[in-house]
Amino acid sequence: MAIVSTSEFKNGLKVMLDGDPCTMLESEFVKPGKGQAFNRVKLRNLKTGRVVERTFKSGETLETADVVDVEMQYLYNDGELWHFMVPESFEQYAADQNAVADAKKWLKEQDICILTLFNNVPLAVQPPNFVELTITETDPGVRGDTSGGGGKPATLETGAVVRVPLFVQTGEVIKVDTRTGEYVSRVK
Amino acid sequence: MLRRRAELLRKIRRFFAEREVLEVETPLLSHGTVTDPHLSVFSVGGGSGGSSRLFLQTSPEFAMKRLLAAGSGSIYQICKAFRRDESGRFHNPEFTLLEWYRVGFGLDELIEETDALLQILSENIRPLAASEHLSYRESFLRHAGIDPLDAGFADFAGCAASHGLQEAEAICGTDRSIWLDLLFSHLVQPHLGRGRFTFVRDFPAILPSLARFKPDDERLVERVEVFLDGLELGNGFFELSDPLEQEYRFDRDIAARIDAGLPVPEKDRRLLDALKAGLPDCAGIALGIDRLLLGLHRLDAIADTLAFPLAKA
Repeated sequence: MAIVSTSEFKNGLKVMLDGDPCTMLESEFVKPGKGQAFNRVKLRNLKTGRVVERTFKSGETLETADVVDVEMQYLYNDGELWHFMVPESFEQYAADQNAVADAKKWLKEQDICILTLFNNVPLAVQPPNFVELTITETDPGVRGDTSGGGGKPATLETGAVVRVPLFVQTGEVIKVDTRTGEYVSRVK
Repeated sequence: MLRRRAELLRKIRRFFAEREVLEVETPLLSHGTVTDPHLSVFSVGGGSGGSSRLFLQTSPEFAMKRLLAAGSGSIYQICKAFRRDESGRFHNPEFTLLEWYRVGFGLDELIEETDALLQILSENIRPLAASEHLSYRESFLRHAGIDPLDAGFADFAGCAASHGLQEAEAICGTDRSIWLDLLFSHLVQPHLGRGRFTFVRDFPAILPSLARFKPDDERLVERVEVFLDGLELGNGFFELSDPLEQEYRFDRDIAARIDAGLPVPEKDRRLLDALKAGLPDCAGIALGIDRLLLGLHRLDAIADTLAFPLAKA
């Protein structure tokens, strides 16, 4: 892997820190006019999601991390692993529970997700920003009540639970924003 | 922003005109350069004058001192300075400095005059509280809870770790001046100049400078820095005039550069000769004009004060 020096630090750079791949969120050059220069860096650990701050003396180096984001289609879950495929190459990858994490409740077969690969192994799964899912269970709404107030919980085909307006019924397909977990609209 | 900068420069020139300080210009391009181990210099290839290599100044200090030694009296200059590898939110490799020297002034008078200038420059732009005055030691005790003069390496490491800077020990080891730079810039400086100008004076002599020793305490030098919103705006000295001490500090810097594997410049003989001829007792300070604009107008980054920051230059 390549080596990067503090002068090449920038947002989005993927580096190895304490054995874990990290992405750089911020790098600030700190230098007393007459003194030693430092880089004060904020990094997110891509394995744990934790954000750490770290200071480097200018001129220090880090190893870059072999981390890439690849668009893949979700295929199926075999009970232990989630399987994805790169549509162009048909190359398949299996992501474990740690990598899929919270994304699993939004995964619907055929949907295109972004997988973060570290040394060619899935590290994280990012679902599409919007997914369309069928409601498998929700209380029947009160007829005629179309006001937005209140709402009710609805269970979706993937197991996710979101709040929906009262007029939405079991069997309908709805659009959900996976970043907030909120109902967006009904899908005809 | 162009108008704000023009107005600031106009006020500065009026201030010095009223005080009968002479505006001067000295070369940006020079045969000699600084030995400071923490400055990286732009060098340019062979000129027509037979010299193989010339340097862009990191500050006009040496040239202005040569004028002082030649009997110029009090002088000021507004000019560009250049520092390689200094780029970031608060740094642009090319920046504007106001530097002035007052013959017959000590550090106290210099601080007083700097404060007077800064008050005039902030008037009607940003209301600020009365300036704060601290010694370097007080600033450390207050904001880092440690004595910068007496503390040992274990104390430094403990202080750093208690503020979440576990990595500091590996960076600084047993280099006292790096420890001071790291702790000051990370723990002390962010608290300085909150809604007012803060002047910090009497810096440890182990940090590189061209300041005189304090007469009653040789661990300290007569140096001042001024801060606004945690940002260093300027640095001033009661100027060293002893050519032997000056040459000793050049040699010390050069030794540090050799240790660090950095390029080794020639000592500036012309400055040493000027000091030998006799520099009058004087105090001088340099203020970063871009950072001053940034602070007075509460901007986010130095790039916001420039017509064309380096990326667009």
